[in-house]
Amino acid sequence: MFSTETPSHGGIPFLRAFLCVSVALCEFAFSTPAQAVQVLRKGNEVEPETLDPHKAQGISAANILRDLYEGLTGEAPDGSVVPGAAERWEVADEGRSYTFFLREGARWSNGDPLTAEDYAAGLRRSADPRTGSKYSQLLLPIENADAVTSGRLPPEALGVGALDAHRLQIRLRAPAPHFPGLLTHHATFPVHRPSLAAHGERFARPGLLVGNGAYRLDQWVMQSHIALVRNTEYWDAAQVAVDRVVYYPTENAAAELKRYRAGELDWTGTVPQNQMPWVRQNLGAELHATPYLGIYYYGFNLTRAPFRDNPKLRRALALAVDREILAGKIAAAGETPAYGWVPPGTAGYAPVIAPWASWPAERRLAEARRLYAEAGYSAERPLEVEIRYNTHADHKKIAVVVAYMWQQALGVRTRLINEEWKVFLQSRRFKRDTQVFRASWIGDYDDPSSFLELFRCGNGLNDTGYCNTAYDALLDAAAAQTDSGLRRARMQDAERLLLEDLPVLPMYFYVSRHLVKPYVRGWRANIMDHHYTKHFRLPPH
Amino acid sequence: MNAADLSGAPARSPWQDVRQALRRRPAVMASAALLLVVVLLCLLVPLFAPYAYDQLDLQSIAAPPGAAGMHLFGTDSVGRDLFVRTFHGGRMSLLVGFAGTLVSLAIGVAWGAVAGYFGGRVDQSMMRVVDILYALPFMFLVILLMVLFGRHLLLMFLAIGLINWLDMARVVRGQALALKRREFVDAARLAGLRDAEIIRRHIVPNLIGAVVVCATLTIPQVILVESFLSFLGLGVQEPATSWGALVNEGAADMEAAPWTLIFPAGFLALTLLCFNLVGDGLRDALDPKSR
Amino acid sequence: MWSFVLKRLLSAIPTLFLLVALTFFLMRVAPGGPFDAERALPPEVQAQVEAAYHLDEPVWRQFGRYLGGLMQGDLGPSYQYAGYTVNELVAQGFPVSLQLGMAALLLALLLGGGAGILAALKYNGPADHGIMALAMTGLALPNFVVAPLLVLAFAVTLAWLPAGGWDGPASLVLPVLALALPQVAAIARLMRGSMIEVLGQGYVRAARAKGLPEYRVVLVHALKPALMPVLSYLGPATAQLITGSVVIEQIFSIPGLGRHFVQGALNRDYTVVMGVVVFYGALIILFNLIVDLLYGVLDPRVRQR
Repeated sequence: MFSTETPSHGGIPFLRAFLCVSVALCEFAFSTPAQAVQVLRKGNEVEPETLDPHKAQGISAANILRDLYEGLTGEAPDGSVVPGAAERWEVADEGRSYTFFLREGARWSNGDPLTAEDYAAGLRRSADPRTGSKYSQLLLPIENADAVTSGRLPPEALGVGALDAHRLQIRLRAPAPHFPGLLTHHATFPVHRPSLAAHGERFARPGLLVGNGAYRLDQWVMQSHIALVRNTEYWDAAQVAVDRVVYYPTENAAAELKRYRAGELDWTGTVPQNQMPWVRQNLGAELHATPYLGIYYYGFNLTRAPFRDNPKLRRALALAVDREILAGKIAAAGETPAYGWVPPGTAGYAPVIAPWASWPAERRLAEARRLYAEAGYSAERPLEVEIRYNTHADHKKIAVVVAYMWQQALGVRTRLINEEWKVFLQSRRFKRDTQVFRASWIGDYDDPSSFLELFRCGNGLNDTGYCNTAYDALLDAAAAQTDSGLRRARMQDAERLLLEDLPVLPMYFYVSRHLVKPYVRGWRANIMDHHYTKHFRLPPH
Repeated sequence: MNAADLSGAPARSPWQDVRQALRRRPAVMASAALLLVVVLLCLLVPLFAPYAYDQLDLQSIAAPPGAAGMHLFGTDSVGRDLFVRTFHGGRMSLLVGFAGTLVSLAIGVAWGAVAGYFGGRVDQSMMRVVDILYALPFMFLVILLMVLFGRHLLLMFLAIGLINWLDMARVVRGQALALKRREFVDAARLAGLRDAEIIRRHIVPNLIGAVVVCATLTIPQVILVESFLSFLGLGVQEPATSWGALVNEGAADMEAAPWTLIFPAGFLALTLLCFNLVGDGLRDALDPKSR
Repeated sequence: MWSFVLKRLLSAIPTLFLLVALTFFLMRVAPGGPFDAERALPPEVQAQVEAAYHLDEPVWRQFGRYLGGLMQGDLGPSYQYAGYTVNELVAQGFPVSLQLGMAALLLALLLGGGAGILAALKYNGPADHGIMALAMTGLALPNFVVAPLLVLAFAVTLAWLPAGGWDGPASLVLPVLALALPQVAAIARLMRGSMIEVLGQGYVRAARAKGLPEYRVVLVHALKPALMPVLSYLGPATAQLITGSVVIEQIFSIPGLGRHFVQGALNRDYTVVMGVVVFYGALIILFNLIVDLLYGVLDPRVRQR
């Protein structure tokens, strides 16, 4: 029942549906060891909006797209960057030019040859503002990407070009050591041009989608599941063990946990925060809670009172939050307190830590009170502030605790406002009523720039309104460096400046939380929490 | 009631009937008494409990009852005392229940009384509107309202009240139709009272029996609607709470921390049960057919 | 009778129009749009995407456009699911919700009706009190409590039934039960009340006096008139089942319309929300019409209307 299913072809499903009065009978009648196929059933949090790699957004869609497509580079189970559709690449011009060599005989899932032009077309489509990609900013290291994504140059001007069917050249505007890792992101995936031309927006549907990954799209029942089956045209198909993978949308984490325990899922997308102690105790061996490239934080609206031009108040509030309790007792899944911005474990980086991280609690509180008073607040004239968070049990908990900590330490009066996601996004972006807002950030790729770029002046994700030209200059300086040591140093300078200015209040660094059945083989923790189905096996059990 | 008595209503007051009928139904009396106890607990416990409803105890997070300190019902996932939160939540749920019912009462009684009293074409067109509104998936509109405009308490009362007034209007209209043929209404009309005056002074007071029954049965429905909104994350704002919000949290943690479900759910169920029993009892007592 | 049906169908048009207008303008005045996302698009790109869906037009023109489509049975494209139409989503979700709802209604009628009759026959006896107490508890617990309890007992602990999903008859059992429970209670109360009343009527006493066996008295003479109040409750019951399915579909991961509605409302997928509301509105109207017709069949006095 757990991982065996009869392969269904032609009229058999109908027959099966007709004959199978109960699941047990079904198993008895149709499943024999010789036919057994490996089926992996994954909980996947939310329903993806689309499987178009250049329009998709969110972690759930990315999980599926990594199975359906393959970038020029790929990732090993431990998260390290390895050759993907390109078997090798050459770097020239001091890191400003990459030539990727596609595998001989690589094909799309419908048998069409996979060419360098497909990748070039994919990158251009992704950068084209008419596509409306949410991730076109990731392409910025590529030459002219800035002008293309903002519509000043046509997509053809993007610095990519097929030298021949197998060689793709990409020119960068500045050296970027993380560039090969960036190419594992779905925004850089190729597009099968004939099906896009023939079906337009509908090309990413079952029966029409042509991919080049280890799996192809078999079925999509909205709000029920998305099923993929192995792609026999995949270059490494012989090494792929799992025959079928089914992704279930599971917004309700408590329900997901029950389905996992009832044996209907082999893998959960998350574990409810409140259940962590219970899960640790009862399902400890199946729990995987490991560091994740993400941070949970509160942002300050820097465009309005009371936080505008008021670093003392921001620092007082930051000091008054006991991160050990937040991470250890409230989040409670092994999260680490955040005294910096870039998560520990980020590739090629040594995170900066705020100097007060090592202070004892009393000293922090004393400093917080001093700054609070200097900012002009007191017991008689307390700060009255609103925390906005989007509706979710975990966010509510954190907000309640932070409000309590501020009240205990400084006498701040906090009002909690929870808003439904779209409303929340808008009030955050408008920066009108918002004062303090909940936020989190998950790195798109394993490099500090994925975190630091967030605070550039005018970045679309910079909802604090932070704008410091010195900070931007440091980031530019880092981007221009060819030497990785110097690049790191500039980025550390930028992070130090950020922690000085504190447009945000970092709380804790994430862990990814999954339950995985013991019979699922091949699990390796990695900081990106990327798990390709092709790396898994389900031996008979 | 005075107006009705003076205008020659039946000699035996309906309230005497009710009292007599209720005396024969100990379950109903017990329910009413229990309700009173619950209401008193909700009012008094938050005043005298050793903990405030929004007071955190980070040393005893999710502690079972009696495990730490004076937490009679245990604590929630941030260490707040569930004893006081249960009754604080009860205040909110009862408030929503009464206020929502009041809204539907106000609209329903006015609408029904006018339709029933005037009868004829007025009645027909007014009831046509009710029929039309019956076909609207109201709950969906409430969800939309709450999603779109945030959760102001007042909006919640209004939205919830809007769901239930249709039943009220139908019941009231039926009663009013019957009442207007009674002699004391004729007498009032002959005495030269205006229609609005008659409705206010003679029709509405005589509807009280039916309205009380209907309201008693509406309150539990309204409380349930609130809990439904809480399930969708559209309930009251933290740190305030309601039974619906507490039960929703408890239901998600029912195995890890069963006490977070059992106590609020117990009081919620008890209260709804009692309201329903009292409502049914009152209806039986007031409805001459079942006597 | 046909003119009655025709009249009712015609009068459904203003109702539906009201519903469409109400939902349409509610959605438009809400903060946040379908294409707002955490990763904001550059304003000019956002404008382009919105123009592709005519969201840049004046609202009244959008409304006209929507009505125009609606006349031809076109509920429009989904804003959230690129490349899917609302008609497709409804076509996918409705059969699921229908099976769930109908099964629950049937169960509620059978269980609730049976319990109500039984209680009425044992009027004021211990069986009556026991049944009604049980029914009342069904009314006293929200189904988002009952549903996970059922899952915990029958799926996780006993492993008899699936905990969620939509895959064969076994996966129907728990959601149908959880959805039907409050309606079982409501119907049992109604049935009991009307049965007690009917059993007190002269012709039933006469039938008894003739020495007819009790089951014949109840099933042949008393049941039909006693069913009338239950029948008129079917309209509201359906509306409540639809609402309840929003919760049940989420807890049991069932791909029905209720889930589309909630997700659509949260994501400002205007067309999906409109589609579901309009569809359900039409359904409720149709269902009420059927109930009225049934009424006529059961009670000849109503037929002349």
